[in-house]
Amino acid sequence: MSSHDNGHPDVPGHELSNVPDEALVNDLYANPGLPEHQWRPTDVDPRAEKRAERQVATLFGLSAVCTILLLVSYFAFDIGEDPDVVGGVGASNLFIGLSLAGALLFIGTGVIQWARKLMADHEIVEARHPSASSAADREATLAALDAGLEESGIGRRPLVRNSLLGAVGLLGLPAVVMLRDLGPTPSQVAKDKPYPGAGIENTIWEKGMRVVRDVVGTPIRPADLEIGDLVNAEPEGIFNGGEDGEPLEGLALQVNKSKGAVVVVRMEPEEITPGDGRENWSVDGIVCYSKICTHVGCPISLYERTTHHLLCPCHQSTFDLADSAKVVFGPAARPLPQLPLMVDDEGYLVAQSGFTEPVGPSFWERG
Amino acid sequence: MRLLNRSAGRLSRHRRGPLAGLAVVLLGLLLTGGLYTVFSPAQAGSAAASEEQIAQGRELFLVSCSFCHGQNGEGMRSQDGNQLGPSLVGVGAAAVDFQVGTGRMPMARPGAQVPRKPETFDQDEIAALAAYVASLGPGPAIPDESDYSLEGMSDEERQQAITNGGQIFLTNCTACHNFEGSGGAMPRGGFAPKIRGVEPRYIYEALLTGPQNMPNFTNGNLSPDEKRDVIAYLGSLEDMPDYGGFGLGGLGPVPEGLAAWVLGIGSLVGAAVWIAAHTTRSTKKKVEA
Repeated sequence: MSSHDNGHPDVPGHELSNVPDEALVNDLYANPGLPEHQWRPTDVDPRAEKRAERQVATLFGLSAVCTILLLVSYFAFDIGEDPDVVGGVGASNLFIGLSLAGALLFIGTGVIQWARKLMADHEIVEARHPSASSAADREATLAALDAGLEESGIGRRPLVRNSLLGAVGLLGLPAVVMLRDLGPTPSQVAKDKPYPGAGIENTIWEKGMRVVRDVVGTPIRPADLEIGDLVNAEPEGIFNGGEDGEPLEGLALQVNKSKGAVVVVRMEPEEITPGDGRENWSVDGIVCYSKICTHVGCPISLYERTTHHLLCPCHQSTFDLADSAKVVFGPAARPLPQLPLMVDDEGYLVAQSGFTEPVGPSFWERG
Repeated sequence: MRLLNRSAGRLSRHRRGPLAGLAVVLLGLLLTGGLYTVFSPAQAGSAAASEEQIAQGRELFLVSCSFCHGQNGEGMRSQDGNQLGPSLVGVGAAAVDFQVGTGRMPMARPGAQVPRKPETFDQDEIAALAAYVASLGPGPAIPDESDYSLEGMSDEERQQAITNGGQIFLTNCTACHNFEGSGGAMPRGGFAPKIRGVEPRYIYEALLTGPQNMPNFTNGNLSPDEKRDVIAYLGSLEDMPDYGGFGLGGLGPVPEGLAAWVLGIGSLVGAAVWIAAHTTRSTKKKVEA
């Protein structure tokens, strides 16, 4: 029977601690000590022990069987064009997975069974001791630190110290410079305009640019749309804005496709509450808004035709497209920018002008 | 001379008998009618919308639909001004075929969502209802199978249709119905239904008519070919190999990883704690050897 030591073992530094020892302070009650150790059935009954031994061996045996099944199913089932199927699932994958899971699971279960039932069953008492080091240790450490500082002379030689600080500090600069070059800053692109629509405050939209259907790039006549229609549209410029009327490519395409995306919806004209100065921005109940959420810039097209609400799937900002896309719910701080629409000579929907405010999330220069 | 010839009792080679004209007209009529029946497109709704069918549809309508949609399909408002049932003038046969054919109508009770349920009417009754509602005002007709079928296309054309349809789907439909059409949540307790495994006709009709809160994608918005391509893309999703396990709505590696961490590793930690906390103990004393 293992010993049950009720006292504290000699913990180094214990006697220096200022934590009062409960056993010393509270001597009204005798320390009852730990309860007597209770043995496991396998410790007191040789038959149980034998049984547990067989259980563990059986589990390891089952694992071996699973491993063999794994190898068999690897070769037995057809894969490829016309695979074997069990219950709508590829048989090869299913059985390799199940047998590998079994092989690992049975080893794990066996080891746990072994440890819990057969391995030694000692109870060990480990008394708590204060987490702070002893006063002597602390003093010694501080003394060593002081000695080191004194010997290095860092206090006496400010030139060395300051030049070291300067050199180490300067090492942070390459990181800043390199990260900054990952992309152009907003003011950079706004000034240089390396491609149409560049810059945080611009899009490719301009007066007379057609509103075309996304993906296919076909222009839209007002008569094409019925009440309740939703068109996910793009500026025609991304399909013909390159040199010689070629479609845009690369960065210019990605930037303009993502910033210029709009939703066009048609509703009953009398349902629209036009904003101040926006009375003629719609065409027969057709309105056009930026598709980029003003919260953090997710593209939005979850549109409900009966409520005219446009919902952003990211954080549930909801905009009322019948009322200048005002925010009716959610974290977005301002309405979606509206694109003023008109009809060109050939009867297609075009922009009256570009957006009158920057699209997308708010940024610090925005008033 | 002619008179003389005629009096001879013989018809000239160049003259026709008195009934010949009638015979030619009859033959022409027969041919036209016969050819028309052979070649005319068989369209549900238009060709079959007889007076009787419309009358039958009206009777069904009065019993099952008029409580909310009004006795003449003009729509109803409740006393506090809420829309009970919208006007059905101009919604067309396609809307009826979709709503009644998928069991959404007649509705059990108004609410945020009109769920699909076993249909109440058989196909003949749905056709009659559709004919009646179509007679209220012009609207989209029930699409023909040739509108959305890929029959007669080469393998390359099919592949092109699926690719094109995928892009259109990802642009126009994914926001609500998810990348692989397994549906998603909408405001105020509604949801965009799962559209995998839905009959192509109903998908086409839903695009045409915009049921409930869904915006419509009429032929001026998405051309019939583009609608066909979207349906082809949805059909191609059914052919995607299924490697088993939980798809988690096809939301991708992030939700799958999250599920593995939270559910998988969480349950492993739970199991480990359980194992550590449970051991059988005996009341017997150990016999010292």
